[in-house]
Amino acid sequence: MLHDLMPILLLFAVSAILGVAILILTNLFGPSRPNPVKLSTYESGKIPIGGPRIRFSIRFYIIAMLFVLFDIELVFFYPWAVVYRQYLSLGSFIFWEMILFIGLLLVGYFYAWKKGALEWE
Amino acid sequence: MNELGFAWIDIGILLLKILVVIVVNLVILMIMEWAERRVSAFIQDRLGPNRVGPAGLFQAVADGIKFFFKEEVVPTGADKWLYTFAPLLVLVPALMTFAAIPFGTTLELFGRAEPLQIVDLNIGFLYIFALVSLGVYGVVLGGWASNSKYPFLGGLRASAQMISYELALGMSVIGIVMITGSLRLSTIVEYQNGLLLGFLPRWNVFLQPLAFITFLVAAFAETNRLPFDLAEAEPELVGGYHTEYSSMKFAMFFMGEYIALITTSALLTTLFFGGWDFPWVDEKALGIWGVLLSIAAFALKTGFFLFFFLWVRWTIPRFRFDQLMRIGWKVLIPLALLNIVLTGAGLLFVH
Repeated sequence: MLHDLMPILLLFAVSAILGVAILILTNLFGPSRPNPVKLSTYESGKIPIGGPRIRFSIRFYIIAMLFVLFDIELVFFYPWAVVYRQYLSLGSFIFWEMILFIGLLLVGYFYAWKKGALEWE
Repeated sequence: MNELGFAWIDIGILLLKILVVIVVNLVILMIMEWAERRVSAFIQDRLGPNRVGPAGLFQAVADGIKFFFKEEVVPTGADKWLYTFAPLLVLVPALMTFAAIPFGTTLELFGRAEPLQIVDLNIGFLYIFALVSLGVYGVVLGGWASNSKYPFLGGLRASAQMISYELALGMSVIGIVMITGSLRLSTIVEYQNGLLLGFLPRWNVFLQPLAFITFLVAAFAETNRLPFDLAEAEPELVGGYHTEYSSMKFAMFFMGEYIALITTSALLTTLFFGGWDFPWVDEKALGIWGVLLSIAAFALKTGFFLFFFLWVRWTIPRFRFDQLMRIGWKVLIPLALLNIVLTGAGLLFVH
């Protein structure tokens, strides 16, 4: 039998070859007649003002941090969900355990909500 | 068998499966490109592309050839390597995602039992989830490397949107994992064979309606489709993260997006609508006809969802960004959590 991950490696190779081939082919076939105006970045037809690396809203950072926190909490759900039915035969402990975990998660969630981290106005 | 522990015939069959999946994906991609404009035209009472080939079906081929012969423009100040790398980073994970999805029942031919799936991973859903997350990098890098303001804002928006809805996407399937007790997609499909209450097919959509709704909405946002296509909202951001792209590099972003759409439709089918299961029929007892029937059932269901994506796109207007974030964080996540608790309580009660 093949190892589980070998097909994925093979698939990765095929897709990567396809992607790189497209890039190379379009480079070969397409014309190349650059001039400064064509190469300037698009800003609604005007000459660009300043650089593009502008300051942006702090909210994007907050959302990214919240995502990392909640995503890790989400990962903990998976092993629990897989064994949930088997462990039910040992009683309802596994259910109340997760209620406790969701409760803790909700404390953080509502804290972020009350602090206005989820607002975008 | 050789010293590495595999037979060459396995590799050959595997390569064949991979090529078939990729080619079929690319063909559906072309049909989708045509269907998108055709369906939108019918909804808006126009004709749409109808000149190239029968009913304009070869329009996508013509477009593809045109893209190859267009000039590649790399804007001044752009990070050349990242700028070239970003479309690859969108296309390659999109092509790889389909690997874990079973598109038919086991094919038995010449004494070999071959599951119609590239690889039957025991962590199937996590694999798909991981690759879907990788798609965000391509979008953000593409926006950032262009050295231009509109793509930069588009990339930022796309990243915030995609990571927000990833949470809801991941949470909504936990109910299914609890019922099935496995992340293996073939097990999830097998579990949905059979009947519920004697007449309904035992599809997860009937057992997990709340999960289906949250997953569907999150899937729309995750694939950047209208009504959640804020990353490329034309009136505000021109084209979003691919404003500066041209030639086939531009097309690669679109290919990645459409293939992600196909995979998402297939995933919706697999998780909620019984995958290749044709209701009221036992495919395994029918031999080769059962295999064909299962593939047809899978294709039909996936096709329906592809059409559904188009239909919604031309029916519902775009959300505002604050509305988008509110739906993601304040509606979908609590709903998904509620679904977990309800499923847990339900299983406890049944037990």
